Amino acid sequence: MKIVCRCQDVTEEEVVAAIRQGATTIDEIKRLVRAGMGPCQGRTCRRLVSQIISRELKKPMAEIYPPTFRPPNRPVPFALVMAEYERQAAEDRKKAEKSARPDKAAKPAKEGKHP
Amino acid sequence: MKTRFDAIIIGGGILGVSTAYELAKAGLKDVCVIERHYLASGSTGRCGGGFRQQWSTEANTRLAMASVKRLEGIEEELGYQTEFFQGGYLILAHSDEDVEQFNKNVAMQQRLGLGVKTVTPDEAREIVPFLDQTKIKMATWCPTDGHISPFLLTQAYANAARRLGVEIHLWTTVTGLMKKSNTFFVMTDKGPYECQKLFNCAGSFARSIGEMLNVEIPVDPYRHEILVTEPVERLWNPMVISFGVGLYSRQEKNGGVVMGMGDPNEPVGTYVGSSMHFMYEMSRRFTTLFPKLSGLRIVRQWAGLYEMTADAQPILGPVDEVENFYQANGFSGHGLMLAPAVSQLLAELVTTGKTSMPIDDLHVRRFRGARTFHREKSVV
Ligand SMILES: Cc1cc2nc3c(=O)[nH]c(=O)nc-3n(C[C@H](O)[C@H](O)[C@H](O)COP(=O)(O)OP(=O)(O)OC[C@H]3O[C@@H](n4cnc5c(N)ncnc54)[C@H](O)[C@@H]3O)c2cc1C
Ligand code: FES
Repeated sequence: MKIVCRCQDVTEEEVVAAIRQGATTIDEIKRLVRAGMGPCQGRTCRRLVSQIISRELKKPMAEIYPPTFRPPNRPVPFALVMAEYERQAAEDRKKAEKSARPDKAAKPAKEGKHP
Repeated sequence: MKTRFDAIIIGGGILGVSTAYELAKAGLKDVCVIERHYLASGSTGRCGGGFRQQWSTEANTRLAMASVKRLEGIEEELGYQTEFFQGGYLILAHSDEDVEQFNKNVAMQQRLGLGVKTVTPDEAREIVPFLDQTKIKMATWCPTDGHISPFLLTQAYANAARRLGVEIHLWTTVTGLMKKSNTFFVMTDKGPYECQKLFNCAGSFARSIGEMLNVEIPVDPYRHEILVTEPVERLWNPMVISFGVGLYSRQEKNGGVVMGMGDPNEPVGTYVGSSMHFMYEMSRRFTTLFPKLSGLRIVRQWAGLYEMTADAQPILGPVDEVENFYQANGFSGHGLMLAPAVSQLLAELVTTGKTSMPIDDLHVRRFRGARTFHREKSVV
């Protein structure tokens, strides 16, 4: 028995079984057997999973549908998220107050993609 | 490859595969599901996995009750483990308005035979430890609600459907539709298909499928974000919902706490990226109700689409404009839980012309012309 995903204790047999059921992508395997859903978010096991898909489906690695990357990069506590966000908002407000033209005040909260 | 079928279903989400299974089970042998990516790659694979029977409209409550009854035997029927778990739903009331509405809901639900009751803030805290009970006035509690893995349920239906002879064609995009005499011509990027009956189970993309046959299907996609924390020891079993604070949360089997919220400022669109704003807002809302859990760490966030209709209820059944063109879409953020009942009713309608529960109210014609709707209120 070979462990593929250490975070979630997923074995090679389980990954192969998912492929036999029709899975052809890293995302499907993640959803079916949880390989890649651990705290490291698949950083450790993603490559191994692609290798198994490639081997089982006899497809070159480059042809395997790429997985979606989901933030955050590293586990982050609620308290820190809030503190950081509020700090940034306060900074933006300060900048806005300083700016000579009040009509061009910066928006406090910014909606946007992750870095 | 076979391209002529009796029935073609567009969409390999939970509605597509469950409808395929029910049709085959009801005796329609020649069925094909066409999905542009992989199974559950749309809303289904991004969803929270909750099922509940506590709704504000009678129709939704009845449908959800039928679905849960069905789900209770689903693992045995389909021969597949799905992480089906009846941990209950606790719905929090924060204002006098909430209390009034929830009392009405509970009275209606009890009349329909649902085992549901109201509980005091202290009782609520016993069901969900760590809850700051001073933030609520009351809660409603239904222990037979719960959650299930959307991927496993989709796979379960798909496998069972395949065993009954259903074909599932993945990585195939429907690009155009035409009807000549009684035959539908389904154009795809992999070539043309033909069928006699056509099912629009394209979720958030149902409108564009309708347009291919000049039928207006008023479903609009809205992004809905969600996140999960690192696995921690068992905190609680139920799904917790607050319409007031605007969040729902449950703990997964492996210990991760999943939570999501609706954002009334979200514009119509199919963008499913993640936002910093959501991470902040979700953290703020969650720790408002659970201040002691502010040290929990977020490991992953993602988003999916809510497929909204004007009354937040699904579009189900035939259309007046084109014969044999059936709809099962517009589930407005609760399609997973309704799928088991709805797919069965649709199959009854198609194979016998009758349904064991009324579904006329869900016909798309309710949106034709100007009208006001009785909107489902219990939507997060
Ligand atoms: C964050 C989030 C949380 C949710 N939480 C819950 C919950 O707790 N409980 C609940 O019951 N519901 C929940 N929902 C709602 C639920 O996910 C949906 O109502 C349900 O999955 C709808 O299923 P569907 O099969 O209709 O749509 P989808 O799963 O979106 O399936 C439609 C499929 O059609 C395919 N398709 C579209 N266009 C084409 C084309 N032209 N050709 C071929 N294929 C096509 C798509 O690729 C897609 O796979 C949630 C949704 C989100 C986004
Ligand atoms: S090793 Fe697979 S998620 Fe970390």
